[in-house]
Amino acid sequence: MLDRRELLKRAGIAALATGLGPARAFALDPTVVLPFDNGKRPLVKYPQKRPMIVLTSRPPQLETPFSVFDDGPITANDAFFVRYHLAGIPYTIDPDKFTLAIKGKVDRPLSLSLKDIRKLPAVELVAVNQCSGNSRGFFEPRVAGGQLGNGAMGNARWRGVPLKTVLDMAGVQQGARQVTLNGMDGPVMDTTPDFVKALDIDHARDGEVMLAYGMNGEDLPFLNGFPLRLVVPGYYGTYWVKHLNEITVIDSVFDGFWMKSAYRIPDTPCNCVEPGTAPKATIPINRFTVRSFFTNVSNDGKLKARKTTKLKGIAFDGGKGIKEVAVSTDNGETWTPAKLGKDLGKYSFREWTLPVKLVPGFYDLRVRATNNADDTQPIEPRWNPAGYLRNVVETVRVTAA
Amino acid sequence: MTRRLALPLLATAAISALGLGAVIAAPVSYKLPDETAAFKPGPNLEVVQNNCTGCHSADYIAIQPRGPKYKTDFWKAEVTKMIKVYGAPIDEADVARIVDYLAATY
Repeated sequence: MLDRRELLKRAGIAALATGLGPARAFALDPTVVLPFDNGKRPLVKYPQKRPMIVLTSRPPQLETPFSVFDDGPITANDAFFVRYHLAGIPYTIDPDKFTLAIKGKVDRPLSLSLKDIRKLPAVELVAVNQCSGNSRGFFEPRVAGGQLGNGAMGNARWRGVPLKTVLDMAGVQQGARQVTLNGMDGPVMDTTPDFVKALDIDHARDGEVMLAYGMNGEDLPFLNGFPLRLVVPGYYGTYWVKHLNEITVIDSVFDGFWMKSAYRIPDTPCNCVEPGTAPKATIPINRFTVRSFFTNVSNDGKLKARKTTKLKGIAFDGGKGIKEVAVSTDNGETWTPAKLGKDLGKYSFREWTLPVKLVPGFYDLRVRATNNADDTQPIEPRWNPAGYLRNVVETVRVTAA
Repeated sequence: MTRRLALPLLATAAISALGLGAVIAAPVSYKLPDETAAFKPGPNLEVVQNNCTGCHSADYIAIQPRGPKYKTDFWKAEVTKMIKVYGAPIDEADVARIVDYLAATY
């Protein structure tokens, strides 16, 4: 599955680069500075991508420059974030030879080609994908892991077939409890646990979880899981397995590392713990928390005083849909509802706008979304040891003059 | 007619975007940009290069939080995680050397 020779070659290149000394590092690329300590990152152009914020180069983890989110509610394919766990990624894929296996506790094990899958009735859905660790760099106290800003998220129109369709074709047997999902990417060493995720069988058959081959009217970009990936609407990206080629129906709860030990959140009502402490019990991460952002103003921004400025941004949640977005210009004393943009579905980014007129001064602008279940965002950040679920009310400091 | 024309055009566009030739329905290849992240000079650098570069690039280390709270204990936990969780074949004798390098350099 993984090309060991290529990996060794890459490791060799890394060693060689090291030998040249640190001056080589990042010297050729422009950089950006994310707004937390040690936030300097190179901005690098990858094939099929515009210049992206490089978190790590092997395996590749690319963050979307935040200004992209002001372009509209759909995130362009060439700006969509990339997150791999293990460096054994496939570098060559033949779409004519690619197959998806459906096996395990099924009556008719299947091996479907891409053509087979494309012949099945297609569905489309607009849905946000967000990395579990999006915004981890803002955690205080800081935690180990990918130190991301707010750009490990994106919203796309996905096209594919419901996972339910192929599971029904295979005939799920009585007693099935979960499906495991495995892609073509894998570890460099056999001793590293392969990246395999699991969903409960009812979730897998809810008709919304999708095998996607299309993204915003095109094939999936290579680094976003070409030629087939899972789309799990409302759920964190860890479940959206890329290069998906193996689905196994099991009659137990999957105990692989990436479910049992990694991607766990505290089993408390807020899924948070006292900063710096460990939870007593954990559960697998699941749906997105509610979030909202300003997209057309950022820290140290300048607004014209006494003139109307249209503040603009996005909001999303784990699938209840956004009910309200409100903005405060007075440190949270009062909140003014914003106008919501076009509804592209309950899993999509929802645009919002609000005209404001400010007298000269310094302002901490705050934005807070509430979903249809009345879940909202906390004023003070919540903490968990892995740096997941961040959804504090975002604040942008601007000057009106 | 339009449809027949549109399909090969789209396929060609997709493939040339990947920097490939104009062969349609061929395997699709992807080449990552050259890796430029490097380990900073420091004690036991060679031990670190030998043990850490097989599975990931040096930027995994460079991006981590800095400061007095993120020194020996922090890095020891990370190296232990690499061994126990990710199965890194690191000699017991090298663990302290790697931790020393990381704590002293990052």
